[in-house]
Amino acid sequence: MAIALWKWIDTRFPTLGSEWRKHAAEYYAPKNFNFWYFFGSLALLVLGLQIVSGIFLTMNYKPDANLAFGSVEYIMRDVPGGWIIRYLHSTGASAFFIVVYLHMFRALLYGSHKEPRELVWIFGVLIYLTLMGEAFFGYLLPWGQMSYWGAQVIVNLFGAIPLIGPDLALWIRGDYVVSDVTLNRFFALHVIALPLVLLGLVVAHLLALHDVGSNNPDGIDVKKLKSPDGHYLDAIPFHPYYTVKDLVGAVVFLAIFCFVMFFVPEMGGYFLEANNFNPADPLKTPPHIAPVWYFTPFYSILRAVPPLFHSQFPGVMAMGIAVMILFFLPWLDRSPVKSIRYRGVLYKGWLAAFVIVFLILGYLGTEPTTVWGQFGFDAFFLDTKDVATWVARLCSIIYFLFFFLMPWYTVRDKVKPLPERVVFH
Amino acid sequence: MKNLLAALLFAPLVALAAEGGYRLDRSPHDPRDLVSLQSGARTYVNYCLGCHGLQFMRYDGFKDLGLSEAQIRDNLMFTGEKVSESIKIAFNPKEAKAWFGAAPPDLSVVARSRGADWLYTYLRSFYRDPKTVTGWNNAVFPNVAMPHPLWALQGQRALQVVSHEEGGHGALEYKWSEISKGTQSAAEYDTTVRDLVNFLVYVGEPSGVYRRPIGIVVLFLLGVLFIFSYLLKKDYWKDVK
Repeated sequence: MAIALWKWIDTRFPTLGSEWRKHAAEYYAPKNFNFWYFFGSLALLVLGLQIVSGIFLTMNYKPDANLAFGSVEYIMRDVPGGWIIRYLHSTGASAFFIVVYLHMFRALLYGSHKEPRELVWIFGVLIYLTLMGEAFFGYLLPWGQMSYWGAQVIVNLFGAIPLIGPDLALWIRGDYVVSDVTLNRFFALHVIALPLVLLGLVVAHLLALHDVGSNNPDGIDVKKLKSPDGHYLDAIPFHPYYTVKDLVGAVVFLAIFCFVMFFVPEMGGYFLEANNFNPADPLKTPPHIAPVWYFTPFYSILRAVPPLFHSQFPGVMAMGIAVMILFFLPWLDRSPVKSIRYRGVLYKGWLAAFVIVFLILGYLGTEPTTVWGQFGFDAFFLDTKDVATWVARLCSIIYFLFFFLMPWYTVRDKVKPLPERVVFH
Repeated sequence: MKNLLAALLFAPLVALAAEGGYRLDRSPHDPRDLVSLQSGARTYVNYCLGCHGLQFMRYDGFKDLGLSEAQIRDNLMFTGEKVSESIKIAFNPKEAKAWFGAAPPDLSVVARSRGADWLYTYLRSFYRDPKTVTGWNNAVFPNVAMPHPLWALQGQRALQVVSHEEGGHGALEYKWSEISKGTQSAAEYDTTVRDLVNFLVYVGEPSGVYRRPIGIVVLFLLGVLFIFSYLLKKDYWKDVK
C-alpha cells in the first residue's frame, strides 16, 4: 500500500524522490564527524522550535504599547500551556545563539570556511547577522524595561553615524523615541520579514554545502578514495547514518534545553532579565542597561573604544567591523591545511586567545564597567580608571589582531603533513 | 539623543551602587507549602491590596493554593465581584499619583523583577526616620515612598548606621533598636514576611507550581528516548569501519 502510494507520487512528482536522494539518502558525508558536527542539525532543530512556538505566541500576543506587557503575562497565566510556549521561545532564543556560536567555532577549528566552502561560510555569516536582527527585534516585544531601553540604545547606535545617523535612527524607530509605532514595525519584522530571510538563507547555506560536500575534522577530501567495488572509503550516506546519529544529539540537546526550560527558565537573569519584568517606562531610565548575553561581546567592544570629538562613532564602527570581518575570514586564513589537527602552534595559540577574549568580553558586557574596581593610581593617559574598561580594550585589540594578523601567522605556521585517509576510531 | 547614549554607555552606575549597600537575607520561602501560601494571601489581602493590585492574577487562581471558590469569596474578596475577575485596586493610578506622589506599583511580577531575597529583606528593614515625609525609611530601599505597611505587626524600630573607615573603603555597620513592640514577636514577624514573599513568588509565576513536576516527567521521557535512539545509532553504525 505504502509502496503503491509512493510509486503514484513518484511518477507525478519525481522531484521529491530525487531531492531526497540528493540531500539525504545519497548525500555522502565524511564518516569521521565528531561532537562539533552536531550543531548544524541542532541549529535547524532550534529554528523549527522557534517558528512553531512563535506561531502560537502570536495567537495571543498583542503588539500594542498599552497591551504588550500584559498580553505576555496573559500567555504566562491564562493561556493553557502558554507558559511552556513562552519559555520554549525565550529559552530557544538563547539556545539558538549557543548552538550557532558552537557551530561557527567548529568552522574555525576545522577550517570549514576555507576553499571551496567560502560561500557556505558567507551564507552562514548572513544567517548569523539575520539572527542578530531577529533577536533584537524580538526582544522589544515583551515591552519590559530592558526591551525598551535596550532598543533605545541600539537604535541610537545608528544615530551615531555621521551625517545620516539621526535621520536613519528616526527612520528605524518611526518616531522620536521608541514607541508604539516602533513596537508595531518590530513585530512585523520579527514575525514575518526576518524569518523569511532566515529560511531562504538556511536553504542557500544547505544547498551550497551539498554542492561542495561537507568538511570534516581532518580537513581532507573524503571522496578521493574508493574501494574496488566503487564505494567511498571515508564517506557514508547522510541518511540513515547521520539521521540516526543526529537524533541522539537532538535528544541530548533537548534534555539540556528542557532542564533549563522547566527548572531555571530565567537562567540567573541571563535568558530572562529581572528588570524586564517591569513594564517599559519611557520616563525611567534603568541604572544599568545591558543587552542579552549573546550581544555582550560586541557591546563590550563598543564600550571599550573611547569617544572621539564627543562622538560614539568610533565605538560603533569597531563593533560593526567586529562582526563584518567574519565575511573575510576565508581570505584572511591562508593556511595550506584546514583542520587544527594539522596546523601549527601559531594558529592554535591565536584561536585559544580569541576564544578567551571573546568570553571575557561577553562577561564584561553583562556587567557595569565598574565591576572590577578602579586603578589606585592616576596617570595622564588614563581617560578612565575602570579596570574593566582597560581589560575590555586589551581584549578588543586581541579580538581584532586574531583577524588582522591571520594572513601572516597562518602562512608562517608550521603545518603537519596531511593523512591519506581520515582518522576514525 | 546622543547625550543620552553617552550617558548610558559611560555614566558610573550610581544608583546600582546605592542599592547594593545593605546585605540581603536569603528568603526561606517554600513554594510547596500551601499553608504558608494561604497565610501569605491573607496578609496580602489585608495589608497590601489596599494600594497594590495584582492585575495579572485572578481571584480563582487561588484555587492553586488549595482554597475552594467559597473560601476565596468569603475570606479573600472584599469587593463583591466575580471570582474570575483580576485582582485590582479600588482607585486608578492617576489619582494615586496625585495623592502619594507616585502610583503604588502593581505587584503581579514583583517577585520576578526584585527577587524573593530582596522582598524578604526589604519588608523586614523599615525604620523610623523623622526626616522623611511619611516618618518611615528603609535600609534596602532608601527614601522609599511607602510607609511601613506592617508596622502594627513588627512594631517600630530605629536604625543607626555607623561608618568604619578602612583604607578608603567605608564599611557600614547597621545597628537596629526597638522603639515600640508590635503584635508579633521578631520570629513571628519573620514568618509572616516569609509567607507573604512565598505568596508573591507564587503570584509572580503561577506556573512555577507545575513547572518542576512536569519537567521531571519530560526529562525522564527524554532519558528513555535517549536509550532507544542510542541503541538505534549503535546498530546502524556497527558496519562503519
